[in-house]
Amino acid sequence: MVSINDMMCKGCGYCIKFCPKHILEMGKERSEKGHFYPVMTNKDACISCAICALMCPEGAIEVSSDKA
Amino acid sequence: MAEYKRPSSLMPMATGYCPGCMHALATRLVADVIDELQQADNAINVVSVGCSALNLYSWKGDVIGSAHGRAPAVATGIKRCLPDRLVFTYQGDGDLAAIGLAEIMSAANRGENFTVIFANNQTYGMTGGQMAPTTLIGQKTTTTRFGRDAQTTGYPLKMCELISVLEAPVFVARYALNSVKGVQDAKKGIKKAFEMQMAGKGFTFIELLTNCPTNWGMNPLDTLEYMNTNTIPYFKPGIYKDKEAEA
Ligand SMILES: Cc1ncc(C[n+]2csc(CCOP(=O)(O)OP(=O)(O)O)c2C)c(N)n1
Ligand code: SF4
Ligand code: SF4
Ligand code: SF4
Ligand SMILES: [Mg+2]
Repeated sequence: MVSINDMMCKGCGYCIKFCPKHILEMGKERSEKGHFYPVMTNKDACISCAICALMCPEGAIEVSSDKA
Repeated sequence: MAEYKRPSSLMPMATGYCPGCMHALATRLVADVIDELQQADNAINVVSVGCSALNLYSWKGDVIGSAHGRAPAVATGIKRCLPDRLVFTYQGDGDLAAIGLAEIMSAANRGENFTVIFANNQTYGMTGGQMAPTTLIGQKTTTTRFGRDAQTTGYPLKMCELISVLEAPVFVARYALNSVKGVQDAKKGIKKAFEMQMAGKGFTFIELLTNCPTNWGMNPLDTLEYMNTNTIPYFKPGIYKDKEAEA
């Protein structure tokens, strides 16, 4: 499962760009911090590769093995 | 399947960096490796002066500041007194290659047993985007408004190349943080440098090619491509010296 912490995200878009499955996109709502943040469009297609987390400057993404 | 957990050396909060700033990414990578090596309680982060130093606010472990360019001298003292601690400096290109050039060359030449993490974003980020010694030819900054001209300011300093010709350093390598492969390699390089330090091998130097979206005047995603076309062709990633491999 991929979890994105919107309080840490700054909306740079790196996770979206590097996700090999192209299942992240920029959401339409701003976080409390004022940044747009990514949302997942297709949970089932996620392969838990954790590339999104690897490329996130803020460490805002965590990937765990449990399904959600 | 892979898992990823936020590293324990980082506070549970956003960094002080601009969106997409690779100082944040570089800091996180260092923290990732420190966790992998189980050194969170043993590491000492010697920060420099510049945006580079902003990582001290999110660093949970031990941090010490230093005067501009003098992080290698501070790290020398700490490591000589506390040889069992994992000691690294985190320095920007203005700090390391301009005001601190004598300091870094001397520490490298003495073969001090600590690791340098050198974040090269080709500008003085903190002070408003002035030219650094590493600014590329033709690059526009607030002090090179028509692009850096080699006639008046010389050429961008290649620190890995310079340091690798010294006798003492044991591992010298450069990585670019604008791709998955670059980041994966950087993590391996940082790990190798830390392991060599822990084995008492000597001076290790990791240059990370980073960005400064704010002063480059670009959105973060555009800096990725800019680095491919401009930064990487001049500052070539690779391992410049590896005494373990030579042995
Ligand atoms: C002795 C001294 N001279 C000058 C300054 C002003 N100053 C602060 S940061 C900086 C440059 C930092 O550039 P760099 O090391 O590339 O760090 P970045 O902000 O790009 O990460 C300068 C010149 C200072 N703080 N101290
Ligand atoms: S874990 Fe991999 S597939 Fe899943 S969202 Fe992240 S990058 Fe995409
Ligand atoms: S990489 Fe991190 S900071 Fe950037 S948009 Fe994705 S979650 Fe947000
Ligand atoms: S000014 Fe540049 S180097 Fe400093 S935090 Fe912002 S993007 Fe990063
Ligand atoms: Mg800089």
